[in-house]
Amino acid sequence: MLYRENGQFKTTYRADQQIFPIVQDRYVIGALLAFAFAVVPWIAPEYLFRAILIPFVILSLAAIGLNILVGYCGQISLGTGAFMAVGAYAAYNFQARIEGLPLLVSLLLGGLCATAVGVVFGVPSLRIKGLYLAVATLAAQFFVDWAFLRIQWFTDYSASGSVSVSNLQIFGVPIETPAQKYLFCLAVVTVFALMAKNLIRSAIGREWMAMRDMDVAAAVIGIRPVYAKLTAFAVSSFIVGVAGALWGFVHLGSWEPAAFSIDRSFQLLFMVIIGGLGSIMGSFFGAAFIVLLPLALNQVPGWLGIPIATSTASHLEVIIFGSLIVFFLIVEPHGLARLWSIAKEKLRLWPFPH
Amino acid sequence: MKLKSLALGATIAAAGIASLVTSPAFAQAKEQFVPVMSYRTGPYAPNGVPIADGFVDYLKLVNAKGGINGVKIMWEECEFGYATDRAIECYERLKGKGPTGAAAFDLLSTGAVYAITAKTATDKIPLIHTGYGRADSADGGIFKWNFPLLGTYWTAADALIQHIGKKEGGLDKLKGKKIALVYHDSPFGKEPIQMLQERAKMHGFELLLLPVTAPGVEQKSTWLQVRQQRPDYLLLWGWGVMNSTALKEAVATGYPREKMYGVWWSGSEPDVKGVEEGAKGYNSLVLDYGQGRAKVHEDLLKLVYDKGQGTAASKDEVGSVLHTRGMMISMLITEAIKQAQTVYGKKPLTGEQVRWGFENLALDQKKLDAIGFTGVMKPVSTSCVDHMGSSWARVHTWDGAHWKLSSDWIEADQQIIKPLVKASADKFAAANKLTRRTAEDCSPG
Repeated sequence: MLYRENGQFKTTYRADQQIFPIVQDRYVIGALLAFAFAVVPWIAPEYLFRAILIPFVILSLAAIGLNILVGYCGQISLGTGAFMAVGAYAAYNFQARIEGLPLLVSLLLGGLCATAVGVVFGVPSLRIKGLYLAVATLAAQFFVDWAFLRIQWFTDYSASGSVSVSNLQIFGVPIETPAQKYLFCLAVVTVFALMAKNLIRSAIGREWMAMRDMDVAAAVIGIRPVYAKLTAFAVSSFIVGVAGALWGFVHLGSWEPAAFSIDRSFQLLFMVIIGGLGSIMGSFFGAAFIVLLPLALNQVPGWLGIPIATSTASHLEVIIFGSLIVFFLIVEPHGLARLWSIAKEKLRLWPFPH
Repeated sequence: MKLKSLALGATIAAAGIASLVTSPAFAQAKEQFVPVMSYRTGPYAPNGVPIADGFVDYLKLVNAKGGINGVKIMWEECEFGYATDRAIECYERLKGKGPTGAAAFDLLSTGAVYAITAKTATDKIPLIHTGYGRADSADGGIFKWNFPLLGTYWTAADALIQHIGKKEGGLDKLKGKKIALVYHDSPFGKEPIQMLQERAKMHGFELLLLPVTAPGVEQKSTWLQVRQQRPDYLLLWGWGVMNSTALKEAVATGYPREKMYGVWWSGSEPDVKGVEEGAKGYNSLVLDYGQGRAKVHEDLLKLVYDKGQGTAASKDEVGSVLHTRGMMISMLITEAIKQAQTVYGKKPLTGEQVRWGFENLALDQKKLDAIGFTGVMKPVSTSCVDHMGSSWARVHTWDGAHWKLSSDWIEADQQIIKPLVKASADKFAAANKLTRRTAEDCSPG
């Protein structure tokens, strides 16, 4: 009843092509953004920031990056953790070695280094597909893990192999309190999500999708596979690299290669699968699902007044997590984003479905 | 079906979010909150379980005896599986619990210590890392909130080299020898390298660095190198499954177990499980008395286990190496609270007040005897500059069925360690724009 587009006429091409063509969507997203930027920083407790919001926002960014590669271009990757690590360590090196380099510049340079590495490891995608490509990207994961563990130059010869950053600031404003960190990450993610969405809607985005749907047909109609696949790797690694740098700089503050292990790659892949392949919105859903579920599973029993041992809770978490993934893959392979759009469809007809 | 699952998902999500923002209201005014960080699952669980059991058991024992000067202890456990990002979540969840917030954190993971050290100054909660964590934090002038009580990886490495030197008939006899370090490739395993390199330079032995990728279930290539290089001694810096795997590989490679020396995290009952006979002769450093029972064990059995309130699955765990270590860490926290109570009064204290207790810890033999820790550890006293307190350790040897002490107390050579600690701490201070604490900063309140 409330959610229907009757009477919303589009009189220009511009109006027809906007990201949210329905006016209610625009209001809801606008209100959500206003809430996230203006209200949340004032009301959220510290735990919510540090344990939930900051990881959620950063992992959403990484999921958007991975979604461009896997969801839009159809190139499966198990090396996301590696590209995050490249972003984080490169940004760290720029920050540590160049005195006075602004934080934002280090983060973007970190992203650019991840782009370079991503393109190099994307080259095999020109020849191999599917599962075999997954294995090739796995090589990136192991190589990068190895490099940051063993090549001490990358970690500035720190005795423990653990690197840390401190005194973050941007335009002279320190990023210290959890609310400031959250706002910084949120701003970065908002900008990147908007850019990603627009890239997807542009010619290059359509090339990626054509590549995903059938590469031979795409090549026949004049899309260069080399260009399409490598740009997807480049854009994806750039976003993932920036997310990795944020994860290290803002969320952890001090990290070792284990923070970007193969588990992180799998975690991100689950995020885009559960959230919805080929959907920017789905990346946020997936990140929220993966970040929130373990915490909720850990706390719900206590909240319901059923005391269970922490180890049992931890085992239960794995069990429920696995079952939910299987459940989603069977019931809704297109992920939470598809459920969301089904809900929207139904809502448009409600209360008089045909 | 789809709508149903949608509704189900929405319910789960709503319940989850609600549970995350509302914390159970159980705050009681007269209780001191002690957070328990544990890992009872994952590749480090074999060692994480007894240590967490010991930690909680001692808190139960203190409560059974009437609390700390009448102040009972409450605690909450948080499972983080040795993962740094989960540790941060646990830290954030637990730090504000109880009437006065967390007294002190024992993180049980060197990686987590690195990540959380930066947050302690704003949260004003001390971190204690007994025998682990960053070695340079022994310098209290820079690391105000870190307490590597009883020892660090540098003191451990030093003690092991001293012990091996003694075995050879003098440290000068180490010249030309080959000593291999088989280490967990993480901050935990890399910490001792700097110290060992220093010793290698002093005595002219060759140091082989053989990393094992975490968690350490796959070590074939490492042990191939051991077979090729045949080091005279092998130092094992492992944790969790890495230790038992290393011992199995040593048996397979035929490397003499008598020449193997573990750090204090590599020599406990779970580490030799499955290779009992094969591990015979394997040595390891030990921070605390890991053999037989002290009075505190008897008390624990009588006051907690006989009432059916023990944490461990079986009574046999009491008195094991890691269970005792857990109790000892717990005891150091409660003793620091006790010490802080002498200044701030017999009531629940904040982390900042407990920090003073850690900095002015004076556990002499008499106090240790009174709480039943006779023979378990040496007396320890800390100060504003020295956050480590003491650096005594012993070596024990596995005889196929039990761990038996096989050396006297060894003290790490402070002449060598102090300058390294200071240099490293100063480097940290410079990188983080910190200044050394002034004398006023050391006085109470």
